[in-house]
Amino acid sequence: MRPEGKGPLESLYFRYPYFEAKQVAELNGGNTRHPVAIVGAGPIGLTAALTLARYGIRSVLIDAKSTFNDGSRATCIARPSLQILQRIGAEQPFLAKALGWQHGRSYYKDRQIYRLEMAHSEHEKYMPMYNLQQQYVEQYLHDAVARCDLIDMRWQSEVTAVAQDADGATLGVTSPPGDYRLAAGYVLAADGARSRLRSMMGLRLRGENYEGKYVIADVRMRHDFPTERRAFFDPAGNPGGTVLIHRQPDDIWRIDYQLREGESEEDAIREDNIRARVQAILDNIGHGGAWELEWWSIYTANTLCLDDYKHGRIIFIGDSAHIVPIFGVRGLNNGLADAHNIGWKLGYVLNGDASVRLLDSYSPERRGATLDVFANATKSTRFMTPPSRGWRLAREAALSLALRHEFTRGFANPRQMQAYTYSSSPLTAFARNDADFATGPLSGSAAPNVKLGDGRYLLDCVDDGFAGLLFCDRPLDQTETAMLDELRSCDPRFTALVIASRGSMVACASIDDRDGAIAGIYDAAPGTFYLLRPDLHVAGRWKTRRADEIGTALRTCLGGTPR
Amino acid sequence: MTTMPFEQLEQAYECLAEAIDRTGPASEAVFFTKLVLTLAHQLGDIDLFKDAVAIALQDLPEGAPTTSGASPAVS
Repeated sequence: MRPEGKGPLESLYFRYPYFEAKQVAELNGGNTRHPVAIVGAGPIGLTAALTLARYGIRSVLIDAKSTFNDGSRATCIARPSLQILQRIGAEQPFLAKALGWQHGRSYYKDRQIYRLEMAHSEHEKYMPMYNLQQQYVEQYLHDAVARCDLIDMRWQSEVTAVAQDADGATLGVTSPPGDYRLAAGYVLAADGARSRLRSMMGLRLRGENYEGKYVIADVRMRHDFPTERRAFFDPAGNPGGTVLIHRQPDDIWRIDYQLREGESEEDAIREDNIRARVQAILDNIGHGGAWELEWWSIYTANTLCLDDYKHGRIIFIGDSAHIVPIFGVRGLNNGLADAHNIGWKLGYVLNGDASVRLLDSYSPERRGATLDVFANATKSTRFMTPPSRGWRLAREAALSLALRHEFTRGFANPRQMQAYTYSSSPLTAFARNDADFATGPLSGSAAPNVKLGDGRYLLDCVDDGFAGLLFCDRPLDQTETAMLDELRSCDPRFTALVIASRGSMVACASIDDRDGAIAGIYDAAPGTFYLLRPDLHVAGRWKTRRADEIGTALRTCLGGTPR
Repeated sequence: MTTMPFEQLEQAYECLAEAIDRTGPASEAVFFTKLVLTLAHQLGDIDLFKDAVAIALQDLPEGAPTTSGASPAVS
């Protein structure tokens, strides 16, 4: 919502473009079956289209609206998402505009009780978190889509019917130039929390609703405070409630505040009430200057998801598949991981480089990530919006103790988003090898980055395919060359990275691990091998390489024997 | 588990009674909750803590909800 007198898209800082509806081939009698149709051009649908394009796959992307989503919405982009944006070649405008951050503070009754410090090191290419309004996320991804001739973007196109058979799905589409049927081999449903496709298919989200409500309000003001997450429990500016404050680009500040018990939603979202509550909060944090109200919304925490994300040829990604509480910034970030996960898999399958069975790993991997989010988010949601007297008392006790004692301060940790580890995925076939390592990334986890001597980062050296990291202290022998050749024959996009151990001079090395940093972070010795997936998760690792197992691991990640 | 000699438990009983009187009804619930969280931390054993919660839930007045019929393990 926006202040009285303003249009629904009349922002203080963002100009919403208007996108015309297209005259499409289907309206002229064309009946091509498109490889993939994506419903919903939010951040998740756009990312899915760009991921598919990375693998040369054409898609039609349709959206009922004529512009981007209204309001700043999901404002926190986590480090793993930057890695995904880099994978699809779209990270640059994000880095130029977004505000990176690492720290936070929590206060109880206006006294600081917790200092959040998210893990960061010289080896990380990206900050743990970036703040950016969702309109910019959509704009930057849309700019990349507009530059890509493999993506047919259709605005003002609403899906009104869906049917599928063994070979694909057909969508009924309504658009200003006319109605038509759109045939596609696969449909990705990225049409959000209120997914029309989901309801047309009679599918239901299941899970929990939480009681507590938050108002989310954006204001524009000159306010001098670093980009940090600030959480206020029971502050003078919102007695009995919680307040969160985040800085966004363009002098926009996000103020989330919990409604008081018994406060009606209807009253809470009235402009005069929003202004009064925001003013009290700003007085409380010592902001004496002017401010302008930009946009607001209301929010209730839910942990809801589909039982299965894949229904035949129709696959759910992002909020259409799962709704998670905002505390911990997992909505957008997990949606981007969904889009990239199904994107590379579908790319491999449609290019004939993997068996169609690979797609069956999407739902267990990404639903597993959602359930893991629920476990974390349920804890943080109970803390942010205690559901009963017992939970309220326990929180008050923990916060009160935290004023002087370290032992309860951990409760104020927001448990921010981390990349999920696919340890029980059907694609993680050799997790038992983790026992041979003392440290380093577990099988299924996101591969850590390492800063190289030449200023690049390790993960920059990997292409769009699978990658092998082979640690060596001498030139490759014949069996090693044969093994890498075999991996290349399984995956045409395979990248072999030969990493020369400290002190060794290996002529054919891709990377000289001069200071031993890579070997240290990966707990590697000469002969160690890591197989990375296209999403930069560890498919498997071998303290001492075993060509037979490594070949099996790659073939497993390609869905077994190619069709 | 090491239990407390009765003489010390008696001191704990007196200390608790005096603290409740000092706290006053308005802060009583928060005081108890803080006390229990602190003791839980100092106890350092989640099973012993759960036993203690089960013991305290027994025989509460006026049909307050209790745990299942199983008796808590006390060692």
